[in-house]
Amino acid sequence: MLEFKEVTKQFEGNDYPSVHKLNLKIERGEFVVFIGPSGCGKTTTMKMINRLIEPSSGEILVDGVNVLKQNAVQLRRSIGYVIQQIGLMPHMTVGENISLVGSLLKWNKEKQQKRAKELISLVDLPEEYLNRYPHELSGGQQQRIGVLRALAVNPPLILMDEPFGALDPITRDSLQEEFKKLQREMDKTIVFVTHDMDEAIKLADKIVIMNKGEIVQAGTPDDILRHPANEFVEDFIGKDRLLESRPEVTRVEQIMNPNPITIEEESSLKEAIQKMHAKRVDSLLVVDESGILKGYVDIEMIDSNYKKKNQVYEVMDTAKYAVDKNSLLRDTMYRMLRSGSSYVPVVTDNNKLAGIVTRATLADMVYNTIWGDETAEGSAIE
Amino acid sequence: MSIWEQFTTYVSQNGFYIWTEFYRHFLMAAYGVLFASIVSIPIGVLIARYGKLSGWVLTLGSIIQTIPVLGFMAITMVAMGLGTTTVITTVFFYSLLPIIQNTYVGITGVDQTVKEAAYASGMTRFQLLFKVELPLAVSVMMAGIRTALVVGIGVVAIGTFVGAGGLGSIIVRGTNATDGTAIILAGAVPTALMAIAADLIMGKIERMLNPVKN
Repeated sequence: MLEFKEVTKQFEGNDYPSVHKLNLKIERGEFVVFIGPSGCGKTTTMKMINRLIEPSSGEILVDGVNVLKQNAVQLRRSIGYVIQQIGLMPHMTVGENISLVGSLLKWNKEKQQKRAKELISLVDLPEEYLNRYPHELSGGQQQRIGVLRALAVNPPLILMDEPFGALDPITRDSLQEEFKKLQREMDKTIVFVTHDMDEAIKLADKIVIMNKGEIVQAGTPDDILRHPANEFVEDFIGKDRLLESRPEVTRVEQIMNPNPITIEEESSLKEAIQKMHAKRVDSLLVVDESGILKGYVDIEMIDSNYKKKNQVYEVMDTAKYAVDKNSLLRDTMYRMLRSGSSYVPVVTDNNKLAGIVTRATLADMVYNTIWGDETAEGSAIE
Repeated sequence: MSIWEQFTTYVSQNGFYIWTEFYRHFLMAAYGVLFASIVSIPIGVLIARYGKLSGWVLTLGSIIQTIPVLGFMAITMVAMGLGTTTVITTVFFYSLLPIIQNTYVGITGVDQTVKEAAYASGMTRFQLLFKVELPLAVSVMMAGIRTALVVGIGVVAIGTFVGAGGLGSIIVRGTNATDGTAIILAGAVPTALMAIAADLIMGKIERMLNPVKN
């Protein structure tokens, strides 16, 4: 769909090129986010695609055709463009704004109006808005129209320069979601520039991190969070986010304690109490002979039934929620924190007990992320 | 007879004459401004695009404005002789600055992001000018034309000295006559009214052309 080959842009009077020998391939339907500190060349790279800036050397191919060999005006009409400051024509109605490119392509009036109606319904704005002027709309509504303008003639490729950067956080969130949905439905290729990592992680199929005119790392959000290429990327993503992202990619199995303290359902209550005492815990997971999780029992249950019952299975609670060892930590963590329980048993596919995740386990993980894995190594030596 | 009675008598007896001069006066001012607009708007557009020229052009316009009208008209008369042509030429020169300046300001004042969005959507330079820049600048340009017209009406009042007629000739007639106050008023009041009316009407047109309707 889109390919950069050794693309370099050197502005006159600058010592260093703004973009240096950039190579990148973007597939059809991909949502690619360029991100980096200001002055890293991300916007320049994007503007070279529709020739708002001409590359000094190298080739940019759109569908295999070098953009420099095409008529710049025709090229721009065939590529959608959305900017941060929205840039709606204040002297045109919303409808006219939406069909701006259509009118440049000499579409007839009916076709323009039909398309404008179609589009405005996509973003849940009433049709009457087509006859209003941009200044009558809120910022979020204006940018919706800005996005529709880019979609109007159905271009396969859309360039977006921090389109949601100037909006308040709540509007931004809802617009991001709306737009991601639209993009999936319409199967557009998007080149998106931002400096907001959260936005990049939320929207991108592929994140391209740039610094000083070069690509530092390109990959899926997961890739980048899991394997930051170097210190710059780590710094750029931010320690906080790496920490936050741990549960995104870590599976329960990786952090669980594989040796939970258990008791067999046929055991007596006395044995249970002794075990609790010996291991200094207040509850035990109950399993059968083959290790299948049956439930749990805690000190209060035993205490209130000690005189009346003898066996563990008589007093245990069977309604204990368990997680699969292959599930992602983010799901567990959320549910654990929500349910208020201090631990969750981990099971395999056939409900066999595999381990346990406690709040302490989660705390350990947080410590490890902050101070590295020293604590883990220390305990290994012990 | 009081001044007021003299004035009403003069106006009622010479109504047609005053009207003729009024019309003549207005046409001279209007033609001067019209020709100035035809020349100034393209110049304004040009210097808005090529910024380096703007300093020179605007300075030249300001220099013209500093010359006293009577002196300027006298010099023009040497070249063009007596008559309306000289007056219209003078109005033309005095209208250049306000129109060029306002065209320049109007066009450079168009929001950069709007221009970028339009350009990136695939407008040619020409379409950008006619579909975006001019429509958005037109009310500011009208403000320049309005200033030029009001100034022009004042300039034409002096045109009587080069034999062009106009309401100025009634005023001069009054100054030459003994006890001619009423006659002076019969020339001056319509001149003032014309300037005020021109200002009001042009202001209305200006607001009508404002692209961002409120």
